[in-house]
Amino acid sequence: MSKPDKKALIVGGRADNTRIDFELVADMINPNTKILDVGSDDGALLELLRDSRNVEGRGIELSQKGVNKCVARGLSVIQGDADEDLIYYPDDSFDYVILSQTIQATRNPKLVLEHLLRIGRKAIVSFPNFGHWRVRSDLLFRGTMPVNDYLPYSWYDTPNIHFCTVRDFVNLCRETNAEIEKAHGIQGDGERISFSAPWWFWNLFAEQAIFLLSRKR
Amino acid sequence: MNSPTDKNNPETGVKSREERAHHEALSPSSRSVTFGPDTPLKLDAGGELSPFTIAYETYGSLNEDHSNAILVFHALTGDQYAASPSPVTGKPGWWSTMIGPGKPIDTERYFVICSNVLGGCSGSTGPASINPATDKPYGLDLPVITVPDMVRAQTMLVDYLGIDKLFSVIGGSMGGMQAMQWAAAYPERVNSAILIATASHHSSQNIAFYEVGRQAVMADLDWHGGRYYDYDVTPKKGLAVARMAAHVTYMSEQSLQNKFGRNLQNSTEKGFSFDAEFEIESYLHHQGMTFVDRFDANSYLYVTRAMDYFDLAASYDGQLAKAFMGTKARFCVVSFTSDWHFPTSASRTIVHALNAAGASVSFVEIDSDKGHDAFLLEEPEFFDAINGFLHAADRSNDQSGNHDDTEERS
Repeated sequence: MSKPDKKALIVGGRADNTRIDFELVADMINPNTKILDVGSDDGALLELLRDSRNVEGRGIELSQKGVNKCVARGLSVIQGDADEDLIYYPDDSFDYVILSQTIQATRNPKLVLEHLLRIGRKAIVSFPNFGHWRVRSDLLFRGTMPVNDYLPYSWYDTPNIHFCTVRDFVNLCRETNAEIEKAHGIQGDGERISFSAPWWFWNLFAEQAIFLLSRKR
Repeated sequence: MNSPTDKNNPETGVKSREERAHHEALSPSSRSVTFGPDTPLKLDAGGELSPFTIAYETYGSLNEDHSNAILVFHALTGDQYAASPSPVTGKPGWWSTMIGPGKPIDTERYFVICSNVLGGCSGSTGPASINPATDKPYGLDLPVITVPDMVRAQTMLVDYLGIDKLFSVIGGSMGGMQAMQWAAAYPERVNSAILIATASHHSSQNIAFYEVGRQAVMADLDWHGGRYYDYDVTPKKGLAVARMAAHVTYMSEQSLQNKFGRNLQNSTEKGFSFDAEFEIESYLHHQGMTFVDRFDANSYLYVTRAMDYFDLAASYDGQLAKAFMGTKARFCVVSFTSDWHFPTSASRTIVHALNAAGASVSFVEIDSDKGHDAFLLEEPEFFDAINGFLHAADRSNDQSGNHDDTEERS
């Protein structure tokens, strides 16, 4: 299964793990709602949500190949990017805005997150955790940037310019007045980490994290 | 005549291309319908046009519930022969790669209609048509025609064909403007719209290029203030120059370079003259000369003017999003990377407005070095996108119960 560009990092060769990611996102979404998927890739998530949750879905995707695949699946996806195009969506135009495995590739993650919470009543953000013990061990013992099956790029050719850890992201939520309603951590073996586990545990053992956010009142 | 009349014209029998073109303008070999004095057309320029004729061609067949009709719009100098040979040039239809059995716009599934625009010269009422008030060609006495006028006339054709709601409206360039106008003005009559290499308004640069063309036509002494029909001449030189200037805008720098470079036409030696020395020059001359045989010079003034006046947002307080507010139609917007006549930025403007209006929109920018003309050429990714979008539109149409051909399981 070929995975394009920036989204490849987590899922490179791990189709089953991807699906857990998607299923967790789907679990956070109420049926018959209106969603925007920022970074739609080939449309697999949007299609899953359309078919399993009966959502009215829209998407933004950077690569033309990705957009073409989405359009061929009957999805409404535009070519664009999170940094440039979110500004054109009015406030509260969606129930959920999803940013799946993309925030680390944006130029201005904070602004993007603010837009997500402006456009959507809720935002769902998933990202690879740079605080995972394997990343730390690469830096500590090998002294190199991590390159492995879930972070497949070398430092000089990666589209991922803003990696963060779970703790970094929780701090960003605080700064942007985002309320964390739910969170899931996924370990390398696909096991979920319970929400009640402390953040330090997440930060060490979650390969990827998924947050359901809403605006603080 | 009080009621619309439909006719199929017999073979023309005339010989030269120019004569055939003139004959087709007055008496098209395609189908046509004339709307009489009881159904006049209100024009943006003021006043009414009556009677008027719309020449059109259809492909495929209309299904029982009349839900499979697609209206396709031609661009500036196109005609209704989208998928059948032109009676003037004998060449295949201008979109015969796109429309046909098993093609992206599949005539085994859809009933495809293409009409010649008002102001054109392929059988619909235009400046070469006879003005019933004078029994002479209209010339410049025909009021200036706008894109909304063209579309209003098309709604009458669609009514006449017994179709309430179009499965899709599809067009590139000026055709895209018409599709956009349809979707904005008649949202309840359009299921989906495909807007290709187009813009919500003509840019200053677009107007400038077309003004060069119009001035070239009007500077030709054979133009006679638009009354050249009376003198048995046509402003060929002016119209050829207009076409040459416009043609440059349809191609990308890269495609010109690849095709012609600095190649000399006839020899390896420079002739140090002002003849068509370079291949690109002789190519442009050829484009100009073949164009004047098939296209009416006054029509060229009218259709370019229609594009100049097009500004969809202007009718909605300057906010394009308002044009699409509340629309249920699905949109597909397509641009090409090397198109500088209607660049991707113009498509993005449309997409942003559709997003702001909460419309369902897909947008693809196709990688091509063919410039604006890419929309008339066979670009696989472009075709895939159209195919995918229409297929999906078909599916959502089924789901909303507009089709009764869903499978029955026993």
